[in-house]
Amino acid sequence: MIPLITGQVVAFWIFAPLSIAGALGMVIARKPVHSAISLAGMMVALGCLYASLDAPFLFVAQIIVYTGAIMMLFLFTMMIVGVDTTDSLIETLRGQRVAAAIFVFAFAAFIIVVAGNGIVTGAGGLETANAGGNVEGIAKIIFGTYVFAFELTAALLMVAALAAIVLAHGESLRKRETQAERARRKTLEFAETGKDPGPLPGPGVYARHNSIEYPALLPDGSIAEKSVSPTLAIRGVAVVENDGLRAAHRAAITEFVEVQDENTGSDEAPKVAEELADPGSVERTAIETTDGDPDTPKEQ
Amino acid sequence: MSPNAYVVLSAILFSIGLLGFLIRRNVLIAFMSVELMLNSANLAMVAFSYANGTLLGQVGAFFVMVVAACEVVIGLAIIMIIFKTRRSASVDDQNQLKH
Repeated sequence: MIPLITGQVVAFWIFAPLSIAGALGMVIARKPVHSAISLAGMMVALGCLYASLDAPFLFVAQIIVYTGAIMMLFLFTMMIVGVDTTDSLIETLRGQRVAAAIFVFAFAAFIIVVAGNGIVTGAGGLETANAGGNVEGIAKIIFGTYVFAFELTAALLMVAALAAIVLAHGESLRKRETQAERARRKTLEFAETGKDPGPLPGPGVYARHNSIEYPALLPDGSIAEKSVSPTLAIRGVAVVENDGLRAAHRAAITEFVEVQDENTGSDEAPKVAEELADPGSVERTAIETTDGDPDTPKEQ
Repeated sequence: MSPNAYVVLSAILFSIGLLGFLIRRNVLIAFMSVELMLNSANLAMVAFSYANGTLLGQVGAFFVMVVAACEVVIGLAIIMIIFKTRRSASVDDQNQLKH
């Protein structure tokens, strides 16, 4: 007998390997973000499997609720908790990983054999149940037989939302500095340590590059270190090519001196050009943070 | 396609989720493994619904989704407050919750 190839079979053999690959990717990936993306892909594949099982409502709900809402929540938390945290390879309990792997393989063998031995035999199909529409059929059950359970889930969602608000709320540890207090503190600092009370210089955005990691230049062509956020500098993002940054400055000075030479008849241009030429033309400077901890945002 | 294949797939996914939950030390990945297990249970329920020709399994999967959403909200809030106080996202560091 030639086996009948239906759309369901095709969908199963496409999306079942995809979902297994996504699940394995989630377990194997070192970085949490890669795990989350694998899991999102696995959830989409699972949604497509629902669609192949005559469950169009759950297919849409799966994609909206799981891939849309839950995975986004995971990613938000990941951004707060730290994207670049990787697992430690140190075992707190000795042999725990091996024992866990052996247990899981035994469990998997058991459950797959049990499930594979045909507890589910009838391939009934949902044509009669879905005759009046899948969403309508589900609505009849939810708002009919299970209306009390449905109301309870409303209470559950409400409690969960309240609990999240209460848990995530944090009291601020110190009082917020008012404008007058900040002015007083800055003036005092200027009197005691000579620290500039003015705002920090802005970054060199739009000077040569459209990026805040580029520092501003001081009038003599050197780099204003305070113009780059300490966080960027600590992460090693703010590495700039001095020569490239100074090129415009050098060209301007050279032209200025040439014009001056023409007008006054002096011969300063070669000397200035020599002074301006960098000893190492491809010198790169990593901006070091000199003050402040990286967590405090730069005051502008 | 026999619904049995879907149930086997669901068992495989559940086992992978269990493996991830047991061997990963990052609390977020452990939590995502729990989500994976919930999803595989949903798949089994939808397959049973298909096999029996009623929509009750799909309604069950729907309720599981609602409860999973609540669980994620609370779980992530707890992960965040633990991270705020302990500055760590590893389950090994959460050993001082008892007095």
